[in-house]
Amino acid sequence: MKHFDVIIIGGGHAGTEAAAASARMGARTALVTLRKDALGVMSCNPAIGGLGKGHLVREIDALDGIMAQAADRAGIQFRLLNRRKGPAVQGPRAQADRKLYREAIQAILAAEPNLTIIEGEVVSLILDGGHFAGVTLGDGSVVKATAGVLTAGTFLNGIIHVGNVRTPGGRVGDAPSIKLADQLKDVGLLGGRLKTGTPPRLDGTTIDWSRTESQPGDDDPALFSFLNVKPFVRQIACGVTHTNERTHAIIRENLHKSAMYGGHIEGVGPRYCPSIEDKVVRFADKTSHQIFLEPEGLDDSTIYPNGISSSLPVDVQEDYVRSIVGLEQVRIIQPAYAIEYDFFDPRALTQMLMTRHSEGLFFAGQINGTTGYEEAAAQGMVAGLNAAALAIGKDQISFSRADSYIGVMIDDLTNQGVTEPYRMFTSRAEFRLSLRADNADQRLTPMGLKIGCVRDQRAELFQRKLEALLAGRALFEASVHGPRELQSIGINVNLDGGKRNVLRLLAVAGVTRAHVDQLVPQAADLDPAIRTQIENDALYHQYLERQQKDVLAMRREEQAIIPPDLVYVGMPGLSGELAGKLQRRRPETLAQAAKIEGMTPAALALILAHINKAKRAAAV
Amino acid sequence: MMDTIFALASARGKAGVAVIRLSGPAAFDAVQSLVGPLPEPRRASLRKLRYGGQVLDDALVILFESGASFTGEACAELQLHGGVATVRAVLSALGQNSGMRIAEPGEFTRRALENGRLDLTQVEGLADLIDAETEAQRRQAVAVMSGDLAKRADSWRSDLIRAAALIEATIDFSDEDVPSDVSAEVLTLIEGVIARIQKELIGAGAAERIRDGFEVAIVGAPNVGKSTLLNALAGREAAITSEIAGTTRDVIEVRMDIGGLAVTFLDTAGLRETQDSIEKIGVTRALERARAADLRLFLRAGEEELPLEPKIGDLVVYGKADLRQEGRNAVSGLTGAGLELLTAKIEAVLSERVAGSSLVIRERHRQALLEAVSHLQAAKEELRSGRAIELTAVEVRSAVLSLEMMIGRVGVEDLLGEIFSRFCIGK
Repeated sequence: MKHFDVIIIGGGHAGTEAAAASARMGARTALVTLRKDALGVMSCNPAIGGLGKGHLVREIDALDGIMAQAADRAGIQFRLLNRRKGPAVQGPRAQADRKLYREAIQAILAAEPNLTIIEGEVVSLILDGGHFAGVTLGDGSVVKATAGVLTAGTFLNGIIHVGNVRTPGGRVGDAPSIKLADQLKDVGLLGGRLKTGTPPRLDGTTIDWSRTESQPGDDDPALFSFLNVKPFVRQIACGVTHTNERTHAIIRENLHKSAMYGGHIEGVGPRYCPSIEDKVVRFADKTSHQIFLEPEGLDDSTIYPNGISSSLPVDVQEDYVRSIVGLEQVRIIQPAYAIEYDFFDPRALTQMLMTRHSEGLFFAGQINGTTGYEEAAAQGMVAGLNAAALAIGKDQISFSRADSYIGVMIDDLTNQGVTEPYRMFTSRAEFRLSLRADNADQRLTPMGLKIGCVRDQRAELFQRKLEALLAGRALFEASVHGPRELQSIGINVNLDGGKRNVLRLLAVAGVTRAHVDQLVPQAADLDPAIRTQIENDALYHQYLERQQKDVLAMRREEQAIIPPDLVYVGMPGLSGELAGKLQRRRPETLAQAAKIEGMTPAALALILAHINKAKRAAAV
Repeated sequence: MMDTIFALASARGKAGVAVIRLSGPAAFDAVQSLVGPLPEPRRASLRKLRYGGQVLDDALVILFESGASFTGEACAELQLHGGVATVRAVLSALGQNSGMRIAEPGEFTRRALENGRLDLTQVEGLADLIDAETEAQRRQAVAVMSGDLAKRADSWRSDLIRAAALIEATIDFSDEDVPSDVSAEVLTLIEGVIARIQKELIGAGAAERIRDGFEVAIVGAPNVGKSTLLNALAGREAAITSEIAGTTRDVIEVRMDIGGLAVTFLDTAGLRETQDSIEKIGVTRALERARAADLRLFLRAGEEELPLEPKIGDLVVYGKADLRQEGRNAVSGLTGAGLELLTAKIEAVLSERVAGSSLVIRERHRQALLEAVSHLQAAKEELRSGRAIELTAVEVRSAVLSLEMMIGRVGVEDLLGEIFSRFCIGK
């Protein structure tokens, strides 16, 4: 019988990232997957990154993760979203060649010396007196491990809907995991049903591209990894077309045949990723919706029409797709479908994503109610690092809302839970101005170095970057100028006699690079990335000070530790509902308690009173 | 287990009726130990209070079940005959029960807050209601306690959330079908909220006056009858009066109810050049207080020069009406002539100021609103400069936070909810 430190169950984006993270930590790691050749499959849209999501990918990269590397290698069109807005809200995004992405992930994992890949189906977890101890495979064999990360994605009791046809499945072509789902329910983990959907896949050779618009990538592509500077493969453009009133009429007429609207689906879908049926019903006054025609690969003619996911029957799908400009003759390669699956309430997890029920059992990815490759991979990172830390006896690793989008997501999930599939947005991060895609390495790589998940190549590069930043800042700070001189080159400052250094001037509206070059001739020699970084920091400087105060206030609440034995049920002044929630959730700090839905200021005051009471009692 | 608290809820001292209030898990048991079988909750019943075989009093007993009481806990009220000895005896009898203790100041209200029966602004309104001396104060306290301020803050907040949602939609969903320029709509929302908060802030001064009372300074030359007038208004000898000019040196305050408004009259030293060093201090102080007062009542002998000019809205009358031929616009503290007309005038002036009052009665509220406005002004600036939309977003968020701090609440889901109900997101 094999024994590992950590076993990862599932080979999607959460599983592969978790496996790589655990292996980098030095833990002997096994990854169990149904099919080796399916590792790194992108089962939904052929794209990585975006707003909030791109931030997550950069953070994964800062910890030496694999998603950014694979996305860069597979990237066939790079676009930095919100390029014309401030740097804090710019998000890198790329169309990825599915095959290249899969190959990149598989190559990276194959090169990982601490990682063993096992092909098989996990039918049950071995939970031994509140401890995770390993898994049993479909062939009856047992793999033992000290810690395990379950990344079951949409496979737990997955049901695929096309019209009124229901097929059990984890994704098209793969069987669902029913036994495992039953076992998890039996041990008392609370869950629910969520749904998501995909559009039909189209044959690109049957699209009339002369009638669609074209969306090219950026001229100066921004890659995901801090280690890469330019794309690896040929770059392409996407097409754009639109639905029209005839499309909408077809959908309206056939609404009753949709799985969603025919009452076949009980799971809750995401509001930000509605099916085309949803769009037509909820926004009835809109006569057109845009569709991005995304190529799935360089040598693959399959097109992913982003924006028209559906659960209508196949014949209706054909009708409405062919009503769209450019798609009149299109052939559907694979029909659209909706999928319903089990998820487990992430409020039952610790900040390390470990279940409170079984020591050593971690959950990551869609199973926790999230959606998206990036959200899944980021959780895989957290769970993988912590599973390894637990197994080899290192300190646990936690992320905070103040240091990363990863921290924001973990905090949201474990405190607020989910009511719809959870997706990252920049607006979820209250410290958005400091949590930027451009400084993810400065926020997280030092932590990665400390815990030991960052390898030498990145460590050296990072060290050099820090030195360059320091030197650049010093250069600007040392260049001091009086108001007359500044006005003479066209910078609008008060003639108050006060001298200003160039670092501070960078925050003044209207100061351009040309101005700075005049004041500091050596600035032109700076590495452009370094210079941009210094400018970004300067732009937000005064706001960062304000945020710093908020961070401190938050830390205070985080440090108000609630006694672990506090009994909420029957506590006078707490509603039964709130007491029940608190008793189940057991917030560790006042900050966590404040995030529980339905929490009132009065109840918080009450909990604070109990914290203080406990402190007084302890002081006696 | 939470203690059960009790206290005399009505004013201390001899009175017709005294009310003792109990709150907490042992409240009913404690009452039972004094009265035997308990009446039905929420029903006033006459019972004999007994302790150690002695009848203490005949009292009205009312019980409130937990969840349906002011504090949210089981509560009881004992309405006794108001003798000091009776009250003391009942309080001491209650204290003999286990788990019972005398309430700390404000503890009933704090429990109501902790049990979610009141929000922060309501608690403040309640404290003011208890302290209300006059009708205007009572009306104001009732408006705050019933949550009117929270309601207004809610409506401002929801406009700001809408503005924030518009901004966030252009940030987080810029690659989707959302309008790329929302600044006109955002600006309208922000300006609307600024205008409404500012209106509330302007009324805040008057609101504070209702709560804390107005100051009316009686000013004039020495020996024109200021102290006599004050005494007549007060109905007692609050100030020393004499024929000697310069009798009043310090500022003397008398608090009164004028037409439902709390008014403090200030009697001040007569204004004149003097060599007397103590009187000099008195004159300086008189001028300072008079300038700071809400209203100055100038009492004149004739057309003498004064170092202080009446401001718009101040009142000017002639003193010692009893010694004058012509009684128009004259008062006499000695005979009471013209007094009624004078108080009516004061009431009219102050009532007019009160009419514009708002619900912002606490310095804390005022600070929070000022902060919100300054964030919104900054948001406007950023929006106009077109530099970085995320900085506008930060300012709007800070403004929302200021409002939430005022009413004691916090939430980001509201924002996303607004976005998803307005825009068709999802490509």
